[in-house]
Order: sequence, then structure tokens, then C-alpha cells
Amino acid sequence: MSRVTSIRRPPAGYIETLLAEQPKLPTSPLMGVNQLRSKAVDHLATLTLPTKRDEAWRFTDISALTKLLFQPVSPVISLENIDVEHFYLEEATTRLVFVDGVYASELSIITEESGVTVVKLPSADATHAELIESHLGRHVDLEDNVFATLNTAFLHDPALITVSRNTAVIDPIHVLFIATQTGVASYPRCLVAAESGSSVTLIEDYVALHDETYLINSVTEIALADNARVNHIRVQRDSGEAFHIANCSVSVGRSSNYQSVSVALGAKTSRYNLNVLMDEGAECAVDGLALIADSQLADTHTCIDHSQPHGVSRQLHKCIVGGKAHAVFNGNIRVRQDAQSTNSKQSNGNLLLTEKAHVDTKPQLEIFADDVKCAHGSTIGQLDNEEVFYLKSRGLSDSVARNLLTYAFGAEIIDRIPIPSLKRKLEQAVLEQTSLLL
Amino acid sequence: MINKESKTILEVHGLHATVNGVEILKGLDLTVKSGEVHAIMGPNGSGKSTFAKVLAGHTAYEVTAGTAMFEGQNLFELAPEERARAGVFLAFQYPIEIPGVANSQFLRLTYNTMQAQRGNEELDPLEFDDYVRDKMKRLEMSPNFLDRSVNEGFSGGEKKRNEILQMALLEPRLGVLDETDSGLDIDALSVVAHGVNELANKDNAIVLVTHYQRLLNYIVPDFVHVVDNGRIIKTGGKELALELETRGYDWVGVEHQAANLATVTAGAA
Ligand SMILES: Nc1ncnc2c1ncn2[C@@H]1O[C@H](COP(=O)(O)OP(=O)(O)OP(=O)(O)O)[C@@H](O)[C@H]1O
Ligand SMILES: [Mg+2]
Repeated sequence: MSRVTSIRRPPAGYIETLLAEQPKLPTSPLMGVNQLRSKAVDHLATLTLPTKRDEAWRFTDISALTKLLFQPVSPVISLENIDVEHFYLEEATTRLVFVDGVYASELSIITEESGVTVVKLPSADATHAELIESHLGRHVDLEDNVFATLNTAFLHDPALITVSRNTAVIDPIHVLFIATQTGVASYPRCLVAAESGSSVTLIEDYVALHDETYLINSVTEIALADNARVNHIRVQRDSGEAFHIANCSVSVGRSSNYQSVSVALGAKTSRYNLNVLMDEGAECAVDGLALIADSQLADTHTCIDHSQPHGVSRQLHKCIVGGKAHAVFNGNIRVRQDAQSTNSKQSNGNLLLTEKAHVDTKPQLEIFADDVKCAHGSTIGQLDNEEVFYLKSRGLSDSVARNLLTYAFGAEIIDRIPIPSLKRKLEQAVLEQTSLLL
Repeated sequence: MINKESKTILEVHGLHATVNGVEILKGLDLTVKSGEVHAIMGPNGSGKSTFAKVLAGHTAYEVTAGTAMFEGQNLFELAPEERARAGVFLAFQYPIEIPGVANSQFLRLTYNTMQAQRGNEELDPLEFDDYVRDKMKRLEMSPNFLDRSVNEGFSGGEKKRNEILQMALLEPRLGVLDETDSGLDIDALSVVAHGVNELANKDNAIVLVTHYQRLLNYIVPDFVHVVDNGRIIKTGGKELALELETRGYDWVGVEHQAANLATVTAGAA
């Protein structure tokens, strides 16, 4: 069963065609949800798909996507633990699994740990209404964002996680999105609300069972109240044929701390927009690694928006590009007029492994306050010949030497993931991938 | 030590090499036999490190003339990693830092590569850990160096020890030590020299590049060579090093020129 329909040219009614399936969604008992959806549908009437003429999509051509019509999955494939347990993480005692965007309760574990609630939308009741009212769709800006709006129009099974006041959740929460079918669109949605003084670690993990062509269009919203701490690890290991478009919006409350590491290995075309809004005295560390080869494209757009004084942000983004792959990094740091005494540091390192590998990088500082400390830097380079020679002079073959050095370049980011089993898996994946890159 | 049954390990003839189009080595000859220790001395910039790197196969250096046979193989036909696997080891004058590559991982990879080459069993991480810790103890190196990136943030002396540690793991047939003594304090010098002596046996050979006689008190050379302007202009026994220490290099050059002149005159007559 294939739901991919080829169309000769980007159709005028592309979005309308996608929306044809939307009315089939079951109505939610929560009015707020139904309203969000219908507003999104209305808003879509005013939006068009971006093209390379749009500044924010200059380097990322999604015309291939518009030639395919991905529809939400209808027959859900039922998987057993044995099929997917190699994706599980031993540290995570709470696990939410979504198969092609649909919640799979039989693969998930929700413990009764105090302070953590996970809600499946159709069964949501009035007790969740407040969470949904106050946070869902409140952090992501749909204004010019056709993909986030589409995601909202198709809102069905969001992972809703709240951590109550002053609760420290020790074990990480693993939200695992498994793609299994070709030709389908899935609209993963996550909401994390960390109440005042709480802390939690979220692992947002995208994997594929097979090398299929599909579309992930995800939205994640993370709200940190005052004095909260969220560790956010995002891993994109989609199929090499997939499209992955993701929007993540984070509101970091007063004196809160947001730490994120995102790793992109998969997808033929991927785009990750991360927007972090910083309140007074908020801190964030935003690290990223894109490791791509063949004709993959990985585009990361981040915006760290200091809106209030005394914020601290640090960012390290790395790209390792092989084959004729193309990496894009656009790192915007905004320091608004009120954001005095902001301290911000951004660096971006790029390693090009072949002649045809390509990177477009654009750090962007927009500073409207006068008392700020901002530093940024970007490098593009190849492997160091002296390092390669040193390793070869010890008997290592050219390819092993280059692998090791390529791996080392990326390891700086992987090392920042505080979950040992995930770190090991990624180290392995990176080692395997780097050996393919060369 | 010199003995009758020894075999030739390295034989270099008329070696010329350039870097960036500039000729640095200008007809260097050297023969090294098993069981021998050779010291190479000579002024700064005379080409000692260039010679060492040419032997190891650094691509920045182009061999324009001459030969180098290593145990019957043409060294210049082998890639750097093949030379290493054949048993050539260079302890660098300036070992580079490799951030992100764990020293333990690097050492195990190189060790196992060599084991595989020799048809010996490879060691898994745990077995290797025991093995390398023992070697480190002999070099009075803290096991902490295993967890760090290769040479990253190591002091000058620590880097040199890490080089000798690698030599101890790889057990080369020919160890070329380029100023391994520079940057070592007095205690470290004796520890490292002791480590080198432990590795030296009747089947392998060591070439020490050094500026100081002091090292040669610990590792006693069978031959001392003086390199000047890209060639070996004088060879003597260990007493030559003492003489160089007191008299410097100038007289060697003068003597060499006089001898050359004499040959030319004799030839003309
Ligand atoms: N990569 C290079 N590019 C340019 N010149 C070089 C390069 N490598 C070596 N040289 C030059 O070759 C000459 C010989 O250098 P080499 O390092 O072999 O000397 P050395 O005898 O080891 O000196 P030292 O005792 O100071 O270590 C020097 O003049 C040096 O500047
Ligand atoms: Mg030198």
C-alpha cells in the first residue's frame, strides 16, 4: 500500500489536498484542542509552502516534498516489544512510544512516579484541560510557519508531560517516534511543562524500522516556569529517504536552565527550527551535531532570544559533512533592549570530508541592548594532515585514521549527552556512519 | 651492541629530500644493524628531524634521490602505516595533540593493529587496560593519561613519555627517537632511558637524535654521527659525543672540508 502520489508540478492546492484527511480526526473532548485545530486549518488558508526565494529557506529546497502527498497513517501497524526494543534506553523508566505518529500504549511505560503525568489526548479529561489551555500551542509561533500549523491542524496524540512544583524527576523520559511505513506523514507533538523548581530530562528520539520515504512534521513545546531545569536530548535517526521537519519552541522562565543536545544523523532532507525565549536570569546551553553524507541535507535554524536581563546562553553547533551532502546552520542570537547584562557565546565548527561536501553557515547577532557580552565564531575545515600522519605512523590505515579523527570531532557534542546508554549507541552510530562517509 | 651475527636493519644511500622545493637532505648515508644503538647529533636545522620524518613517510617531504632499504624492503615504496607495521617507529620531536581521541582507545587500536599484523592475538579493552597499565608503571606514568585525549594538554615531558609508551607497545624493529630527551627533567630522563634500554635487544636497533651527551650516559651508543647541512659528515664511537660536548660542531665541519679538499687535490694530482 503506497500513499505516495506523484504530481508533476507543485500543485496549487497542495495544502488543501493534505487537509482532505484532517476532518477525519476524532473530535477531542477538550474544546481547547478542537479550537486549536480549527484555528490552524483557518490559518493554513493564508499560508503557502516556502521556496528557496524565502530567506529562511534559501539553502533548503523542499520542492521534492511537494511532489509527494503524504497522508496521515490509517492502518496502524502493531509492533511488539521485540521488534523495537533495540531502540529502548535502559535508563528511561518512563517511555512513550509512537508508531507513525500514533500512540502505542502496549510499547510504552508510564510509571506512577509522583509529579509526572503523561496524557493521551483522546482520553484527556478536564484535569488536563488546564495544562492544555495554558501551554499547548502557546509557545510555538504559527505566524509564518506552515509546517507547525499543519502539525497543529493534525493534532491527535501529543505527549503531554508535566512535572509538578519542586519535583526532581531523576530518570529520563524517553519519547520514541518510530516510523514504519512508506508514504505517510506523521505529526509528532510533545509538550513539556516543568513547573517552578522542578527538573526533568526529555529524550526526543526519531527512528525508522526500514529505509522508507515518509514525512515527519513535528512540534515540541517546552515551558520552564521559574527556577526549573530541563535537559532536552533530541536524536534524529530517520531513514535516509525521509523528510524531517521539526519546530521546537522553548520558553525558559526566570532563573531557569535549559540544556539541549540535538543530533541529526538521518533523513534525506531535515530541517530543525529551535527557538529559545529567555526570561530574566535564564540560562541555556544549546548544542548540536549534524553528521551527514551522500546527498543528505541537514538544516538547523536556531534562535536564542534574550528578552530580559542577566541571561546566559552558550551554543556549540558542529557539522560533519561527507559525500555531496549539504549542511546549513543559521544561528541567531537576539538580545532585546531590556536584556541588559546578557552573556552569550556561540561557536560553530564544520568539517568537510570531501570536495563536494558543502556547508552554509550564518551566525546572526541582533543586539539592541548596550551592556552585553556576546562572542561568536565559526570555522570550516578539513581533517588535519599532521593528525592523520601521526595516527598512520602508528600503523593505523588511512581510513581508520580519518574515521577516528572525524569521530573525535563529533564526540565533543555526543559527550554532552548525560545518558550513558544513549551516548554509547550514538558513538556506535557515529563510528559506523563515519566509516561510510570516507 | 655490535655483534657478528647481526643483520642489517636499515641501509640508507645517497638520500636527497626536499621540503617545499628546498633541498634539506643532500646525500645522507647510514647503515644500522640489529643490536646497535646509533646517536645522531648536529646543529639546529641540519636535517635530523627531516631524516626521521622521511623514514616514517611524512608526505611533506619529497625524496628526490637515494635509497632506503629496511630489512630488505624498499622503504620508499611503503605507505607510512605499512612502514609502521613493518616495524619502523618514530618518536616525534614535537608529538601533536589530538583532541577528542581518547589515549586509551588510540593505544589499543595501534597495539591491536600491530598484533594482527604479527599474527598475534588482539586484546579486548579490559585485557588491554591491564597490559598498558603495567607498561605505564614502568615509565612512571599515571593511568590518568589513558582517559585523556591523545597528548592533549600533556606537558612536554609527558608527551615524550607517551611516545615511549607507544614504542613499548608496538615493539618496533627500528626505533627512531627524535630528541626524546628534550623537555625531560633529570628524573624523567633516567626513567625514559631505562624504558628504552629495556626495549633494546639484539634483534632490533635504535637511532637517537639528541643534542645532549647526558642521554648517552644512560643509553650508550655504538656509533655517534654528526649531521651537517643534510649529510653525515663524521662518524665515531661514544667518545665523539663527549668531544662534541666540549668543542661544539664547528671543528667537525672544518675537518670535513679539509678532508674533502684533500680528496679533490689527490684526485687532481
Ligand atoms: N615543512 C617544512 N617547511 C619548510 N621548511 C622546513 C620544513 N621542515 C623542515 N624545514 C627546514 O628544514 C631544515 C631542517 O629542519 P629539521 O627539522 O630537519 O632540523 P633538525 O636538524 O631536526 O633541527 P633541530 O635540532 O632544531 O631539531 C630547517 O631549516 C627547517 O626550517
Ligand atoms: Mg629536529
